[in-house]
Parts: sequence; C-alpha cells; structure tokens
Amino acid sequence: MSVLASPSPSSAPSVLAALGTPPLPVDILRFNTCGSVDDGKSTLIGRLLYDSKSLMEDQLEALERSADITGGGAINLANLTDGLRAEREQGITIDVAYRYFATPRRKFIIADTPGHVQYTRNMVTGASNANVSIILVDARLGVIEQSRRHTAIASLLRIPHLVVAVNKMDLVGWSEARFNEIREQFETFLPRLDIKDVKFIPISALNGDNVVTPSGNTPWYPGPTLLGHLEGVHIGSDWNLNGFRLPVQWVNRPNNPTDAQLHDFRGFSGQIAGGIVRTGQKVLVMPAGLVTTVKEIWTYDGSVAEAFCPQSVTLVLADDIDTSRGSMIVGLDNPAGTGTELHAKICWMHSRPLERGKKYFLKHTTSTVQAVVTELVHRLNIETLDPEPAPAALAMNDLGEIRLRTAKPLYYDGYAVNRLTGSFILIEQGTNATVAAGMLLPSHEVVKPESDDFMI
Amino acid sequence: MPTSYHLDHLQHLETEAIHIMREVAGEFERPALLFSGGKDSICLLRLAEKAFRPSELPLPLLNVDTGHHFPELNEFRDRRAKQLGAKLIVRRVEDAIASGTAIPAPGEISRNRLQIPVLLAAIEEYRFDACIGGARRDEEKARAKERFFSFRDSFGQWDPKNQRPEIWNLYNGRLNPGDNMRVFPLSNWTEMDVWEYIRQEELEVPSIYFSHTRKCVRRGGQWLPVNDILPPKPTETVRDLVVRVRTIGDIISTGLVESPAATVDDIIAEIAAARVTERGSRADDKSSEAAMEDRKKAGYF
Repeated sequence: MSVLASPSPSSAPSVLAALGTPPLPVDILRFNTCGSVDDGKSTLIGRLLYDSKSLMEDQLEALERSADITGGGAINLANLTDGLRAEREQGITIDVAYRYFATPRRKFIIADTPGHVQYTRNMVTGASNANVSIILVDARLGVIEQSRRHTAIASLLRIPHLVVAVNKMDLVGWSEARFNEIREQFETFLPRLDIKDVKFIPISALNGDNVVTPSGNTPWYPGPTLLGHLEGVHIGSDWNLNGFRLPVQWVNRPNNPTDAQLHDFRGFSGQIAGGIVRTGQKVLVMPAGLVTTVKEIWTYDGSVAEAFCPQSVTLVLADDIDTSRGSMIVGLDNPAGTGTELHAKICWMHSRPLERGKKYFLKHTTSTVQAVVTELVHRLNIETLDPEPAPAALAMNDLGEIRLRTAKPLYYDGYAVNRLTGSFILIEQGTNATVAAGMLLPSHEVVKPESDDFMI
Repeated sequence: MPTSYHLDHLQHLETEAIHIMREVAGEFERPALLFSGGKDSICLLRLAEKAFRPSELPLPLLNVDTGHHFPELNEFRDRRAKQLGAKLIVRRVEDAIASGTAIPAPGEISRNRLQIPVLLAAIEEYRFDACIGGARRDEEKARAKERFFSFRDSFGQWDPKNQRPEIWNLYNGRLNPGDNMRVFPLSNWTEMDVWEYIRQEELEVPSIYFSHTRKCVRRGGQWLPVNDILPPKPTETVRDLVVRVRTIGDIISTGLVESPAATVDDIIAEIAAARVTERGSRADDKSSEAAMEDRKKAGYF
C-alpha cells in the first residue's frame, strides 16, 4: 500500500509560505525519537515532514525514484531520513540523523536516533540536548526491554518532557483497551525514574493518524496530535540562571592591535554555562582562587551591562589574574562545587568495557584532565531498574554509577542542577574514542577564595 | 537590561556556533576556515569575528579554486578577506592538474572530484589539523548525519558508521598525528536561518545571489549560465533570462532560478514560498542517491 494516498502536497501551500516571513522571535524545540528496529521512527519523521508540508518537490521526486528502484513502487517515508546507502539497502537507520522543519509556532530540530546496535550511544548523542524525547512503542508488542532502556536513559539525561507514541494502532484495531494496557505497563516503572511530564498518544505513523491531523479512528482519545503537543509544550528555560559560571574557552589578547586602546586588552572568552553576570560584579577565578571585579562584558556588538546563560561573551577583569583555557570564573553567590574525587552516573558507549583502575581523559566544560576509575558503584538492571552493586565491569550500553579521581580539581555542579557544568565525557587514551557520557552528582566541597585579600 | 533571559532562534544558533569556533581555537594547533565567498561561509566569517574580536582571526582562510568558479564569487572572496585583514590561501585545481597531483579522467570536465586531492594536499602542506566549513545538515541527507566535529583519518575519509558520539556541548577534538577534523558550526542552521542572519547582520553577499539578466542554456532540465567551458551547442536553447543563484557551485553545474528577488527581504520571501530545496539546483548531487555520501567518504568537505 502506498502511504502517499493523499494528494501531492505540491498543490497545497507550504506552512512557511502561508506564514510569509516568520515574525521574530521564534523559539527552537529540539526533540529526539527512539524506539527499536521497525517501530517506525523514520516513518514517523517522514510523516511529520510530509503532513506539515515541510517536504519539497525534489525530495518527493527523489523518494519516488528510490521507490521505483528499490521499493517495488511503494514509497517509503523512511527513505527521507535514512541518508546512507547502507541504511537504504538494509532498511535500518545506522546513525543519528538530524532534520529541520518549522511551523508558524516553532522551529524544530529532530534527532532521529536508531534503536538497534549502539543504541545507547546514539540515543545519548541525539537526546543530550533535547527538550522532548519521543519513545515509540509498537502497539502489538507493548513495553519491551528497549522501551524501558530508552525511558531510563531519558530519565538519566533529565529530558524535561517525554512522549510515549503508541504506534501501529491500526494493527491492533484501534483498541482503547490495548492503549490503556500499554500506558499501565509504563506506569508501573515510571515512578522509579526522574521524569516529570509524560504524554501518551495513540498514532499510526504509516497512515498519519494523530501525527499532524486528528484521527477519526480514536474517538476515545481526547488529547492533542503529536505535532500539536510539540507545538504547545512549555519548554520554558532549560538553562540554569542561578549561579554564574564562565568556563574560559580562549584568552582574547590582540597581538598587534592597530587600536592603541586595545594594547592592554586581555579578555576571557567563553559561553556562559550558568547564571547571569553584570559589570561591576565580584567574581572568583579558579584555579587561582582570587576574587576580582568584572570590568567589562565585551561583545562584537558592543559592551553590555549584563549577560546570561548560554550567551557567548568576553569578560575583562579588573585585576590581572593567571587565567587560561580550562579556568572557571564563578559568581560569589551559589558557589560551584569542586574536588578531585567525583561521583557520577554514566552511560558506557564502547565495546571495550569500563574497568576499575583504568585511566581516561575526562573533558568537562573547557577543561580536559586525566582521570582514573576508582570504583564501580553499581550497574542498573534495565529489566528491574534495580541497581546491582559492585559489578566487575560496565559493558557497551550499560548504565551505572562510578567514582573517579582526577589529576586536577574540577569546578562543577550536580547534573540535576546544571546540565552544562554537571556533565562530562570520557575519552580513551590512544584511540581518542569517546567512550562514556557522565553526569556528576553534587560535590560536598565548594570553591572558595585562596585568601580574603581581594575581598572587600 | 533584558526583561527576560530568553534567546530567539538566531541568537540560539549564533551562540552555539561561536562556542564551536572558540573550541576549535582552543583545542587545535593549526586550524583553517574554508571560505568560498558563498552565503554560508559569509555567515561563518561573521561568526568568527564575533568569536575572536577584538583579536585578529586566529586562523587563515582557505579556498580551493576549481577554475570553474563564477568570477563574481572570486572577486568577492578576495575583497572580503582583505576587508577583514585575514590571511587568504587559495589553491587551484589547474595547478594541481599541471603538477600531476590531480589527474582528470578522459573526458572529465567537472572539477567536483578533482577538488578533493587539492584540498587534502593543502591540508598536508600547511599541516592543518582542523578545517571549519559552512556545511549544514539540512542541505542533503548524507550531511544530515554529520557531527559538528567530523573526524577524518589520514586519507581525509569520513566513516559514517563510526562517528564519535557528540553529547551536550562537549566536543572531542583529540587527534593522533595525521588525523584531521572538519568542523561545521552551522550544522543546525537552515537555508532560511542563513538568510535571516545575513539580513540581521547586514552582510554583503556576491551580486549573483540577486536577480540579474544573464544568457542561460537549457541543460538537464535546468537553466545553466552560458560559459566558455561548456559552450552551448547549436541544438541547445539559449535565452536571456532574469535569474539568480540559490546555491553556488561551479559555473558549469549551478542551476539558475528565474527570480525577480533584488533584496535580501525578497530572497527570504522567495525561500519561504519555495517548493524545491536549495540543492535541487545542483547537478552534482543529482547524479545518484548517494552522490554526496561518496564524495564525503573520499575526503570532500
């Protein structure tokens, strides 16, 4: 059956055309889709793009060409996102694919994350910056291990909103009882996870029911369509605005300035990773441990009196303090945690397992340090969601908790409080492979000035 | 003072791109920025100014001149680099053919494949460890799979099945000798975002993006500019048309769109109403479904 039974969208105006030039500001919602093989993720994205008239004629032509060659004539919406030859040949998604579309309400960035091999790795990649995660469940199969794993990862990454899209409802006769059964399966384990907002939506990605247009097959479902929900969900601020943090990325020192005023210019460039900074504010510079004052917040578009997370700025400080890439400039209220003994939740993403005593590079904000794994605290059992204490190793796709010791102190926050200063990656020495994503638990110790000399 | 601590979509994309530019400056020894004079790399240059001013740009600009460029593009490229006081390195496919670094197949006129060895040779010559490019994920479906930091081995090859996971804003820039990184700060930008940014920043773009009258020849279902490399055959239709380019490739393969758009506002309105993608006018991508993927695996940026 061709899924493109409806008239070609080329005859209808595009959403953007109807809109004309979109009025600013428009916000961006990032979401990712996860499910296992054949749950219909790529089809769902194809459907979202197709029904929201975000597909262009040449993309449809390319789809039709590939249908003639490989699909026996039936158009496969998954071919829109499966961009690699091996993916089209095998009918699977290999790597995270990003897609972009807009409606009058919002701009959307979709990360399509494959659900088979390397799924944890891909899902963590696709979901780490997401506002919303969509978990696809095949209505015939209900909750399977993958559904539990994806939900646990979404919880671990603290994705603010979750959507459970119960797909292939057409294959279970649009049964309300089956839909409720799956919702109850989820609700048995959801309370054990850190997820605040979950929405269940019955859909058929193949036929388009409740994706963009409300379905006549689900009179018992009073809620929004999937796109309606994505357009309306309140994403508020994902950024932490309490506790100023500026990880120094680059020291900005003009070498040969033609402008005499810039002779002594020394700025610290970076993206604000938390809080708000104002000129005249006292800040603590780590690792120097000295307090100074923000003299100027320099930007290309002129100096500003105030800047906030996640803006990119260049700070000029009142005193000359030894500061370089990897330093952290922090506000005096809500001081950052610090230490070399770290406790973290972790997703392991490499075929060589994590073992106690191994050394890695740890990249946290703009600082890369050596780290040694001192303890494997537990491994999460995905079936039961129970922690299994003191495992011998963490294998690919395992979630767990570990302790590490770093060669130099980090300046950080708990991941639950600040995603940007509470996250790190581990890099294998030698191969330089990224092997783990880590989420720090709060520190017991906080940064403080070396001496009070600069304090007033 | 802002009344709400909220970024609109362009501010959001801008701060993400500046962060990536500064990560490159912070983590690599010898980075370069690929600047063609096209609209995407024009945005890249503004972002580099925002990332690094008041300092000088800490990286040179690099362009591979295929010898089939629109003259308007090269003129703009040279002028813009000069305005910024940036070092511009140009490596020419013609020179590579003359020296035997790039060898055309019998009858091969397109420079699409031949620019790859020229880019790789320039990277080797200057020992560049990172090249910032203006590619966007919305351009093409192989590009939709690209990371911000795209790792290349010593042959410049992209291995789409074995990419480094990219989590939060933590980019792994570690390389072994001979390895190389391609970095794409505009990954999350769409064609519309690029033009909205050009409007917001009041950036100059080459004149061929705007409507002008040009002799065009009908080939492969598109209007191509009449040029000396592949002159019209007597059997081909030639017309004077009012056209502009939507995306710029080589002069022998860049389809022109009939358009009255004379200002950036006109272009934005035109894109909003467009029914084909930007790459729909590039013959180089139409040769097969995996055309871009194959070129990227061979070292294309």
